[in-house]
Amino acid sequence: MNSWFAIITASAAVFSWKYLGHLVPRRLLESKFLQKLAGYLTIALLAGLVGVQTFIGTNSATNRQEIVFDARFAALIVAFVLLKFKAPFIVIVLAGAATAALLRFNF
Amino acid sequence: MTNSAGKVSSVALSVGIATGVYGISFGALSVTAGFDIWQTLALSVLMFSGGSQFAFVAVGFADLATAVTSAWLVGVRNGFYALSLAPMLETKGLRKIVAAQLTIDETAAVSTSRQTLDEQRKGFWLTGISVFVFWNLATVLGAFLGEQIGDPETFGLDAAAAVALFALVWPRIQSSAGAVIASTAIIASVLFSMVLPSGPPVLLGALCAVLVGFALNRGKRE
Repeated sequence: MNSWFAIITASAAVFSWKYLGHLVPRRLLESKFLQKLAGYLTIALLAGLVGVQTFIGTNSATNRQEIVFDARFAALIVAFVLLKFKAPFIVIVLAGAATAALLRFNF
Repeated sequence: MTNSAGKVSSVALSVGIATGVYGISFGALSVTAGFDIWQTLALSVLMFSGGSQFAFVAVGFADLATAVTSAWLVGVRNGFYALSLAPMLETKGLRKIVAAQLTIDETAAVSTSRQTLDEQRKGFWLTGISVFVFWNLATVLGAFLGEQIGDPETFGLDAAAAVALFALVWPRIQSSAGAVIASTAIIASVLFSMVLPSGPPVLLGALCAVLVGFALNRGKRE
């Protein structure tokens, strides 16, 4: 797939939800089930991405994906602690990046 | 909310600035994921929904079809914001299209925190415009910074991506159901990654987690 095509398609797809919500008579989509589904999907997709981006690495010898605990995992732990202390978003992202960068620099 | 007492215009401005800061990280992550500056800006202008944009570049070139699907599914909540905003805004034609594009977490949060209809409408439009301006300016700035950096692993930008998504999902996993769904999604996606190429594992993992979420719900009711 061409990357511009992907960008346009994904943008249109995201817009379709927004527009649909403004068009549809309220009672039609006001189901508890759909609201739950929307909430659950958001959590599940974001968390799944966190998992894959933190724990999956490619083994350079076999070129296969494997579970790794590296600097990214350390960054996630730092983020967890900062979130517990209600740090602002940008501080958390910067601290996560710094943690990974420093660990890689030192080892 | 304490700031519901503040002037709606100043709330809109501060929300815009706050999301702008976070737009810098999006811009940087997008170019280090391999998208160019124009594509990165196009995502912020056209998609204009932080969660979907992060999901899109996170999967990125590894599997563009999954990137599209992920962005689409992450964006579903905007439709639900639209449901509650539509009767409040009463827009028609072109205005409805603009209102739809501005229907995101921030505009929904500010406008629904207001008491009178007038303030709710003002809250929506002012926040929408403010976030749109700051978000896109910040995206360009972040994209330039990201281009200077080059390899995402220098300065830990790959870790920043995971951390940014984690911080986004954090408020939603404070309930026990949310925490179970998130944990299931993480474990399932990681396990599926052992046997499948990048992309589908996240969608399959999410599907498992949603099913677990509904099973949990049902168990509670009985």
